[in-house]
Amino acid sequence: MPKIRFDTLLFAQVLSFLVAVSPVQDLAGSDVANDQGGVIRLSWTAPTDSAPLGGFRIYRSQSSDTGFTVVGDEAASASEFLDGTARDGQKYFYRVVALAPADSAGVVADSVLSVVTGPVSSKAQWFNASRLNILIFSAIICGLFIFYIQRARKGVKMFVRKIAGLDAIDDALGRATEMGKPIMFSFGLGYITDMVVIAALPLLRKVAMKSAEYSTRLLVPNSDPIVMTAAQETVKEAYTEMGRPDFYSADNVNFLTSDQFGYAAGVDGIILREKPGAIFWLGYFYAESLIMAETGHSVGAIQLAGTTETTQLPFFVAACDYTMIGEEIYAASCYLRPEPVMLGTLKGEDFIRFWLIVLTTAAVVMGTLAAILAKQAPWLQTAYDTVVKWATPAY
Amino acid sequence: MLKRNLPLVIVFVTAMLLVVAFFIPHRPFGDLESRFLNWYTIVSGFTFLLGLDSLTRHHLTRVFRRTGDWGYSLVLVLSLFATMGLGFYSWFKFQSPFALRAPFMWLYTYMIIPLQATMFASLAFFIVSAAYRAFRVRNFAATLLLIAACLVMLGNVPLGSSIWRGMAQLVHSVAPNLDGSKLAGLEVFAAVKDWLMSIATASAVRGITIGLQLGGIAMSLRIILGIERTYMS
Repeated sequence: MPKIRFDTLLFAQVLSFLVAVSPVQDLAGSDVANDQGGVIRLSWTAPTDSAPLGGFRIYRSQSSDTGFTVVGDEAASASEFLDGTARDGQKYFYRVVALAPADSAGVVADSVLSVVTGPVSSKAQWFNASRLNILIFSAIICGLFIFYIQRARKGVKMFVRKIAGLDAIDDALGRATEMGKPIMFSFGLGYITDMVVIAALPLLRKVAMKSAEYSTRLLVPNSDPIVMTAAQETVKEAYTEMGRPDFYSADNVNFLTSDQFGYAAGVDGIILREKPGAIFWLGYFYAESLIMAETGHSVGAIQLAGTTETTQLPFFVAACDYTMIGEEIYAASCYLRPEPVMLGTLKGEDFIRFWLIVLTTAAVVMGTLAAILAKQAPWLQTAYDTVVKWATPAY
Repeated sequence: MLKRNLPLVIVFVTAMLLVVAFFIPHRPFGDLESRFLNWYTIVSGFTFLLGLDSLTRHHLTRVFRRTGDWGYSLVLVLSLFATMGLGFYSWFKFQSPFALRAPFMWLYTYMIIPLQATMFASLAFFIVSAAYRAFRVRNFAATLLLIAACLVMLGNVPLGSSIWRGMAQLVHSVAPNLDGSKLAGLEVFAAVKDWLMSIATASAVRGITIGLQLGGIAMSLRIILGIERTYMS
């Protein structure tokens, strides 16, 4: 943007009735809500009766008449500006200059000042009011979980349906042992921060304990060093618990590469060389999932898969013998260790899911009726919009 | 007891801080999430040394012991150190390994990317072999899967459009009062494909996603309250 001296802007304002550019209207400043302070929002209405605009320049001062300095520029299409350099509690005054387009030499022919707006100051909020609905829903959900945990602790019996994939673990391990083939376990490309990797660790522990019991070699190739470390400790502890600490070898629980297709190539190589009898795909997978699962199928391994990446579930369903869909993998630790406290969280999940189905169905019916009866009952559309706005989280 | 309880306390306090920081934008809470993410990034960067140690130790052992296929392990180790060396050289010479004229960038562009593309391309053949097994008329669900897959495939490829135009012409020849060109313009396969992907599939994915998120909340609560401890092994 070309430079303009402020005193020439004053001259331009005096002669504004002669120039084509008109000043901006409705200039207003306010503190940005629900933030940690330091930001002021300016908004204005661009002049409609003006010649084409080149942009806007924003000035700020701590007094209403002198000391204005440039704090930023905006394009001609903009109608607001965020000043992120404000100090909390300090009062500021703003004005916006509408600029005509610059000529080929970069000189702006004319410009015109707006009136001053202010005083405006920024401040930090102690609560993000736009997230009140999330707080309420979270409190309800957590309260229900804790209610069912307490109920389970009091001895109330809770039913858990059969999960075919988890029931098949023992069969798969037995089959691999009978065939004299190793077992393979893969977390995919997951990081330790992925919930599914944490959910898969109890399953690795169970598989490791069985492999120690049957003296079957367990291979765990990893794509993340932290996951590798967690897997090594899990396997080592499982072997120690089964009285076979000597069975552990760091070469079997190793790091391949963090590259997606490099990992797929490495795992495929291990599958084709070692020919495992059972393969567990439990973690986070992307496009490489089918490459690895099909290779596992080609060597005749029994495969069990579980992932939270919904785009890869169809591939695992097609290529694997058992697939855990959705939150079945999260339920694994509760299923393997059916303690009352663990089952209580499953029950809480089911209860919340039931009410989510009821509420979602009610909202769909309400929205459909609101669309059909838009003329006869406009209040229904208003009510529906209010419900949707309240239920939709703001970030 | 401290060894067992201290990690639980750390997990609980950290989780509570992050939950509070989500609702309180005021300093110091507002910055907590980004600060923790930065710490995680720094720590995870160092853990790559663990991965490097595991990789080199495993393959150097194979090379020194001359175990089966030790030649491939030798190639891996030499490639690893050559790439690392090129990366450092490019960093010193060009201020960044990804500078356009840097040798590391040449290696990345002409070796790593083609290798990745090759592996990705092999996915097409694996999809065909998986589809051959999955799309068989064994039961009602498998038949439904086969029909849906055929419709989606026809809706995605130009051949589907050609087939529909042929069908429209056939209908026009049988019933001349029906406008063949208007019928051909309906593009029924593409419309059915769009409906299947945006309505039927999307609703199923959303249902699974809702279940996943609820499961994630339950799992998080178990970890925060110290009920789930397997990750601490």
